[in-house]
Amino acid sequence: MAKAIEVEHLSKLYRLGAISTGNLSHDFQRWFATMRGKEDPYLKIGQHNNREAGGKSDVVYSLNDISFSIEQGHSVGIIGRNGAGKSTLLKVLSRITSPTTGSVRVRGRVASLLEVGTGFHPELSGRENIYLNGAILGMRKQEITSKLDEIIDFSGVERYIDTPVKRYSSGMYVRLAFAVAAHLEPEILIVDEVLAVGDAEFQKKCLGKMNQVSTNEGRTVLFVSHNLTAVESLCNQAIYLEMGSMVMQGSTPDVVREYVAKDLSAKRSVRSTPEKTMGNEHVTIVSAAIENADASDTAAIIDVSSAIRLRLEIINHTASDVISVGFDLKTVKETVVFSSAQKLNCPIGETTVCTCMIPGNFLNDDLYQIDVYFHTAAMSKLFVNHNILSFEIKDKARENGFLGKINGVIRPSLQWESNATALFT
Amino acid sequence: MTKPTDMIGKSETHESWDIVIEPNTSWLDLRLGEVWAYRDLLRILVFRNFVAQYKQTILGPVWFFLQPMLTTLTFMIIFGAIANIPTGGIPQPLFYLSGVVIWTYFSDCLVKTSTVFRDNAGVFGKVYFPRLIIPLSIVVSNLIKLALQSLLFVVVLLYYVFFKSDVFQLQLTPYILLLPVFLLLMAVMGLSLGMIISALTTKYRDLAFLVAFGVQLLMYATPVVYPLDSERVRALAGSFLQWNPLAPIFEGIRKGLFNTGFFEWWYFGYAVGISVVLMFVAVVVFNKVERNFIDTV
Repeated sequence: MAKAIEVEHLSKLYRLGAISTGNLSHDFQRWFATMRGKEDPYLKIGQHNNREAGGKSDVVYSLNDISFSIEQGHSVGIIGRNGAGKSTLLKVLSRITSPTTGSVRVRGRVASLLEVGTGFHPELSGRENIYLNGAILGMRKQEITSKLDEIIDFSGVERYIDTPVKRYSSGMYVRLAFAVAAHLEPEILIVDEVLAVGDAEFQKKCLGKMNQVSTNEGRTVLFVSHNLTAVESLCNQAIYLEMGSMVMQGSTPDVVREYVAKDLSAKRSVRSTPEKTMGNEHVTIVSAAIENADASDTAAIIDVSSAIRLRLEIINHTASDVISVGFDLKTVKETVVFSSAQKLNCPIGETTVCTCMIPGNFLNDDLYQIDVYFHTAAMSKLFVNHNILSFEIKDKARENGFLGKINGVIRPSLQWESNATALFT
Repeated sequence: MTKPTDMIGKSETHESWDIVIEPNTSWLDLRLGEVWAYRDLLRILVFRNFVAQYKQTILGPVWFFLQPMLTTLTFMIIFGAIANIPTGGIPQPLFYLSGVVIWTYFSDCLVKTSTVFRDNAGVFGKVYFPRLIIPLSIVVSNLIKLALQSLLFVVVLLYYVFFKSDVFQLQLTPYILLLPVFLLLMAVMGLSLGMIISALTTKYRDLAFLVAFGVQLLMYATPVVYPLDSERVRALAGSFLQWNPLAPIFEGIRKGLFNTGFFEWWYFGYAVGISVVLMFVAVVVFNKVERNFIDTV
């Protein structure tokens, strides 16, 4: 099959720090270096884009030597953690920004949806905005006119189509915007996480429309999402990026499995090795793990309904048998969901297993991290290990139906009653 | 920027690809073919510029006419009555109105283009289309506005011709045929200066503050409210002001309309030359900036 997109040795360099104010001396150094026919001094010291490493230079590769090709008619999901370079890749592919080195070759018309409703003008009516947005996305006027009824119908806002969009609710706005996007007919469609907006029913409709675009109409689709379930159901191929480099490209199930294994479950259990021991002179952590309370469930992603167990294997080197063992459970955004600590009997010098049960139907659909800490019985600090474990909780039932995430940090299952039903029971 | 050396097979496969994205393209490549493909967008943007401007105003499009009228009135009071600047024998309303209408066209092209990148950063950051479309839509919108305001001028002119023939006789000269060229030159200069400024402001925002002030200053350095050929001007600034590349345009239009301005072919050529140079610089700078500006806003 013919290739739709071919990417060769693509790299993109970003300068960190005060970019927007401009730095005349850096600009001058660059200019002077290129004038003498030398290499750009800021290009050499580039390094991997690793947020946590806190690098030495102020130049990072947001994309680092990426090469891949995509065949016509395939739908390809791009996955990776935040900052892996997914959005930068989409921006380069959709010609919003240019690469630093390398090349991209594309066959066919490209439409990129990095956002819905780009260019919508609040003062114009819905109908006028359909034309404006459609034209910005690359449609010809007659093309829009011929699809106008279909677009209005798809959006479900026909009653307000001649009202300025500034009077629309945000839901109506998104519906109208997506309706235009859904009726683009490019050979290649590039979609960022635009589906995070809108209500559940409409999300489902959009995903269905996208699915139809790639499978029935033989179009190439590139799709970036954090929602692995959506990627799995929409894309037959996937590309996994990490810190600006491509880790793998392949069939979606393979890539997703690799991603989940590398990114998450690697930290669902950790163990001290002779080379790298966790702990200090007071406490040694032999191993730490988040386990499914139901031993039969070994999936990397824990369902919201299942209870989980924090298991810590430690050796106490203090002078007292009793120490306080505790942990903070945080979301990836560093919000502490709760803390829990308990004074436990840990015989000096022996390996002790401490466990803590976290009930099912309690944590919400999210990524979590755990800090563990140890104190003496009098609560003076012994040892802290930040982000020792991380795990993901998924609402598998809801996600399969493409329903959105329920609000809130936690998601307890609570008892509900009404006085009306009480009469009959 | 270093070019990748391993462009194997580039020459033979280049033809079959529709889009090739590489770090560097030719400096002067305007991709006019692409602009043509997006001509419907241009049309819709022009429509948007007009409709959005006067939504929720009572007078609406009447403002197109009120603005130059009010400015002319102000000029008549300040420059005419108070400062007593001569208008070269032309009735003040006609002199100021023609100057205001033409100057507004130039300054609107310049000012609106100079904020293109900043104003459209949101759109530019999300979708690709030839960036040149936006400055072009500004020029076309202003051209339509100019046409409407010229109607006002023609009405005032006819009033003087028919009812005030004692103070004013219409003396059109063949130079009036150059009017489209003058307008084009002004569009090119306004657009080019605006594009250069817009490209530079993406990195160095200081320029944005200068524009508002600079345009005001530029108006006084241009023969808008005074004729170039007057003793007071010469006493004040010598022949310095005549090297303002906008001066040949204003003087040339006056030559065509009132047979008073200063027109020489070499002077006309001077304006053309400056316009071409400005346009060349603007295209180079704009092309360079549009490729990566989204990383720096």
